[in-house]
Amino acid sequence: MGKKDFSLEAALQQLKPFDTDQIKFELEQYATSAELGAAIITHIQDDVLDKRVLDLGCGTGILSCACALAGASIVVGVDCDEDALALARTNIAECDVDHVVDFVRCRIDDNAQLPLRNAFDTCVMNPPFGTRKKGIDAAFVRAALSLCDVVYSLHKTSTRAFLLKRAHEWGAAADVVAELRFDLPKTYAFHADNSRDVAVDLVRFRRVADELPPPVVSMAEPPPPATRWAPRGRGRAPRGRGRGRGRRR
Amino acid sequence: MRLLTHNMLVSNAKGVSEAEGYPLALEVTEHRREETEFDVETTRKTMETVKYDALRGAARAVAIDLPEVYDGDDADLLRKVHEALCDVHVIEGCLVCPKSGRRFPINNGIPNLLLHEDEL
Repeated sequence: MGKKDFSLEAALQQLKPFDTDQIKFELEQYATSAELGAAIITHIQDDVLDKRVLDLGCGTGILSCACALAGASIVVGVDCDEDALALARTNIAECDVDHVVDFVRCRIDDNAQLPLRNAFDTCVMNPPFGTRKKGIDAAFVRAALSLCDVVYSLHKTSTRAFLLKRAHEWGAAADVVAELRFDLPKTYAFHADNSRDVAVDLVRFRRVADELPPPVVSMAEPPPPATRWAPRGRGRAPRGRGRGRGRRR
Repeated sequence: MRLLTHNMLVSNAKGVSEAEGYPLALEVTEHRREETEFDVETTRKTMETVKYDALRGAARAVAIDLPEVYDGDDADLLRKVHEALCDVHVIEGCLVCPKSGRRFPINNGIPNLLLHEDEL
């Protein structure tokens, strides 16, 4: 596993998480932690640097910020929630990446056509896991594959077999780039535990031609991280904010 | 929303194909400019995936006049293109579907292409 970049993590820790009064469980809103955001970036550096990046279900924009800080040429974050996007706007200003990141409000599901043309290189996303709305995780991956050749997506490890099998039907090869664990703080009233460790996979989907044989599933070693970004902002990194995302089963 | 992002946006109104729904007409009531670093090579590379006619139409809405024909060897033009693409932030305004006329508001810099239930 690549070394973590703590300056990126510190930068991401300044971001505002979901407002607890506005958080919407039906959208499966759980903030991606700064730690997880930074960990993801270390695994996908080459597909972000100087690339046009899409972030579906961007929420408060932590992955959009992370990609911008990691050198993406443009990032477009997409979400349906107005409150989350308003926070995302302040977060990109906080990270000083508002000249790289833009947001678009629209719905992402099987019935909706995304209002974007095929002009992106890479999608990096932390979609809903599909616990509340069955199949929404797959709908996000397919939407991403309709616009990008390469899609990095975070999924519960328990759904791995299903996703890797379905990827071929979507014209994509899939492999698990990293197995990550993270601590999820109690976010909603229906959570029984104060926190819970959930195993997640960072899955890389790659669009392939139809005639190619079924994808080979492999556990690739991640590339070493580059350290292009510098810590920014006010030099303050409050701990314990915006950490965790997920749900109990 | 910058014009670079506008260049990627397509109408998602029901029954409108991608070819029919592009480009979205841009109406601007408030915008700001924030100068960013200009680099000839970067802009030239960015232009490989930008649709120039759509950019030209959008730039007109913020009073930037681009010539009818794009010339990637013209450094002055590239500077102007860079300004239009990257420095202009549309804060308030509207995107209009060229086929259906559906209006998508832009508020607080974020275009809203969320369709209502009865539009799906």
